[in-house]
Amino acid sequence: MGKKKVDVLKGLTIGPISFWMLFFVAVPLLYIVFISFMQRGDDGSIVYIPTISNYTRMASSLYVKVFWDSIVVAFVTTVFTLVFGYPFAYFATKLKKYKIAIMLLIMAPFLTNSLIRTYGWIVILSTNGSLNHILLITGIIKEPLKMLYSYGAVMIGMIYTMFPFMVLPLYNSIDKLDKAYIEASKDLGASSWKTFISVTLPLTMPGIVAGCILVFVPSVGLFFIPDLMGGSNVMLIGNLIRNQFLQANDWPFGAALSIVMIFISLILILFYVKILGKKLDTEVF
Amino acid sequence: MLKKRFKALIILLTVSLMGSTLVGCSKSNTAKTNTEKIVNIYTWANYVPDTVVKGFEKSTGIKVNYSNFSTNEEMLAKLQAAKGGQYDVIICADYMVQIMAKQTNVLLKPIDTSAIANYKNLDKAYLSQYYDKTNKYSVPYSLGSQMIVYNPDKVKIDIKGISDLWDPSLKGSEVLLEDSRSVIGMALTKLGYSINETDPAKLAEAKAELKKLRANVKVFDADTPMTSLINGDTNIGVMWGSQASAALKGNSKFKIVYPKEGMQFETDNLVIPVKAPHQQNAEKFINYVLDGKVSSEVTTSIEYINVTTAAKEFMPQSVLDNKAIYVPNEEFTKAKHLEDAGSASKDYDLIWSEFKQQ
Amino acid sequence: MDSKLSKVLERTYIFCIFAFLYVPFAIIIMYSFNSAQSNVVFSGFTLDWYTKLFNDDDVLTALINSLTIATLSTIISAIIGTIGALGLKRHKFKGKGIIDLLLYIPIVIPEIIMGISLLVFFSILQLDFGIFTLVLAHTTFCIPFVLINVKSRLADFDMSIEEAAMDLGASKITVFRTITLPSIFPAVISGSMLAFALSLDDVIINIFISGPESTTLPIKIFSMLKFGLSPEINALCTIMLLTTFVVLILSQGIKLKKDK
Repeated sequence: MGKKKVDVLKGLTIGPISFWMLFFVAVPLLYIVFISFMQRGDDGSIVYIPTISNYTRMASSLYVKVFWDSIVVAFVTTVFTLVFGYPFAYFATKLKKYKIAIMLLIMAPFLTNSLIRTYGWIVILSTNGSLNHILLITGIIKEPLKMLYSYGAVMIGMIYTMFPFMVLPLYNSIDKLDKAYIEASKDLGASSWKTFISVTLPLTMPGIVAGCILVFVPSVGLFFIPDLMGGSNVMLIGNLIRNQFLQANDWPFGAALSIVMIFISLILILFYVKILGKKLDTEVF
Repeated sequence: MLKKRFKALIILLTVSLMGSTLVGCSKSNTAKTNTEKIVNIYTWANYVPDTVVKGFEKSTGIKVNYSNFSTNEEMLAKLQAAKGGQYDVIICADYMVQIMAKQTNVLLKPIDTSAIANYKNLDKAYLSQYYDKTNKYSVPYSLGSQMIVYNPDKVKIDIKGISDLWDPSLKGSEVLLEDSRSVIGMALTKLGYSINETDPAKLAEAKAELKKLRANVKVFDADTPMTSLINGDTNIGVMWGSQASAALKGNSKFKIVYPKEGMQFETDNLVIPVKAPHQQNAEKFINYVLDGKVSSEVTTSIEYINVTTAAKEFMPQSVLDNKAIYVPNEEFTKAKHLEDAGSASKDYDLIWSEFKQQ
Repeated sequence: MDSKLSKVLERTYIFCIFAFLYVPFAIIIMYSFNSAQSNVVFSGFTLDWYTKLFNDDDVLTALINSLTIATLSTIISAIIGTIGALGLKRHKFKGKGIIDLLLYIPIVIPEIIMGISLLVFFSILQLDFGIFTLVLAHTTFCIPFVLINVKSRLADFDMSIEEAAMDLGASKITVFRTITLPSIFPAVISGSMLAFALSLDDVIINIFISGPESTTLPIKIFSMLKFGLSPEINALCTIMLLTTFVVLILSQGIKLKKDK
């Protein structure tokens, strides 16, 4: 009698998500895998003759570099959002009274359109822009700085856009931390730094991993910020895939690129979850 | 208290699912009849000015659903999946009309010119073009071209055409359109070839030529190339007429040059998809925008060339004097038109990817 | 004193980060009053764009569509994601590995591919493109964000508390309501906020899944780029920011009052 109740509940919790994932994710995914083994017809349509040429094509240094560049951008973004986001989340959890306010203040910018916000940055960083204006007037510089359309500008844009995706999971994790552990560690004579490394960090690892995944993964495919802030000077995997669908009309190649991108991302997620977690001896997910 | 919260969550979930289904169903049910007073327009945002849309609604009582796309290719992908239905009037580029008409399952409905009284207003010079020789599917809407804009304070050499963009003094100062055909087309033009070249040997030459250009390019931007010019981050660029006009509004000292090798032109056309749900309303809409006064309103607002003869008496002198919009007739003799590259698209894409990588 | 100094430093750091987050808004708000139709050159002060905004049915309809879709998607994904996280943590079943993997796909997959494949999928199902299909699509990419957040909060959740409560006679549902849910609730909320922001801002999936009567705000804005991004949108962003602040002040005020 008890067993039956368990099964119903089990079905109720697992059912919706399994159904949703299988129906709306697995099925479209199978379609993409299928297309990736097809060929592009002369007029741009899909010709249903199986081939692996789309995959072998990727072995050239051109495409490897595209993948590599995208991963590097995503990685650097993740590192910076973590480095700046962790202290922020840590200090913010101390302000218990303003919990709601802080969460809302972090999210408020991201409820407005990302394109408009990026244009805001362009106005600030451009040669005739606000920042140069202020620096010139105060005499700090003599010639305007060329800040925009550079790797640095792209990084500012990426970090800016991905910031809440790191901070919110971190905040949750740190918030849950029982301060008693920290006090105990201090009582036992450990320095603040040692406490942080041996106690705080491992205990907040789930939040760090969640934040890293939620920043890294979307960043690999994010191309409109490198396009806007970087002048579209670098070909990233997001652009490349988009071009296959919208300019070159090579859907099979685009599909193959996407499968490889998904594959690489999943491996990297596995890295974050298993290795980071294992190293610090905590169950992460 | 928490029991209430839990109950609330369950109710919320059920209601949301039901709600979205109902909203979806009701909306789709209303769209089923052909006799309703609705027309679905699909084109770039603000490409049909708000005043024109409202004017149409007022004079015909037909409501306009204005949907937007950012690129022609998005529109094609969407239309293919919708099997040529859902939308009534689409405004898109000429080469796209050519692509759509060539397909085995044609996505366009032939235009019944007898149902469009104002069809006679069209300037015959813009009909019978390469992309639709009999104008079976398309009605011209506006015409634009790519030109060079530069800042004379910063650019010290004489700019006469596309070839000048290769000058070493322009290092790191150019903005080009984020458009493989436009940029590769520039190299082909410099070499004296057609911008629709498919010969692999000639394309290889273009690729080598492009390599020499790379260091000069600071920004690629198809949407707002005038931004970096106005902001001082670039000093010279290639862009469409309306964008050039915006650049001059930002800094009146800028100069416009019509490339001596000839400009790339694009005619945007009104087309009706093959399964358009409201064909008569579509025809009424096309008729409306071909009216002289309305047509003038359109092209003044979007800053492109007008394609009707009837609009001439309504056009403000300031528009006719705007060098970014009104190009002299001799330019038309040198005009270049983009065509679908067909199987060479793959080659173009490869050249483009490698060019960007440098 | 040392702790006082550290407190000042902490608050300064927080303030600096917020300054970074809000700096572009100084520009956005300023340009909403721009007398020229430009997002780049400021010419003079005017309130015209705000008037234009209130009269622009297109933009307002798009806004309402976006908000509706975001709200519905967030609610559905929050519930499915939370319950799913619990179920996956607690139970082992055949095919669990596959579901675990599939969960990451929506954030891993390039949006354009997701958009196109869902477009084809919905076409085959003969669904009319509109709010319903948009909610389905958005919920799909929102679920992982809620789920990952909740999962991480559950990571060292002590199951023994639940077991103890059940030993004491509480039903599974009671245990969920009174013990589990309050503990994971902050993760649910933050996951939902991320999902909401994502849904509100989505362009690429919307392009493929929307119908003629369901255009959304981000599509409209991105499409405006080609022929002129209007300061009307700046006015809209300013108002949205203002609204969020009002909600913030009200909710914080209510909270402080409750705490008293």
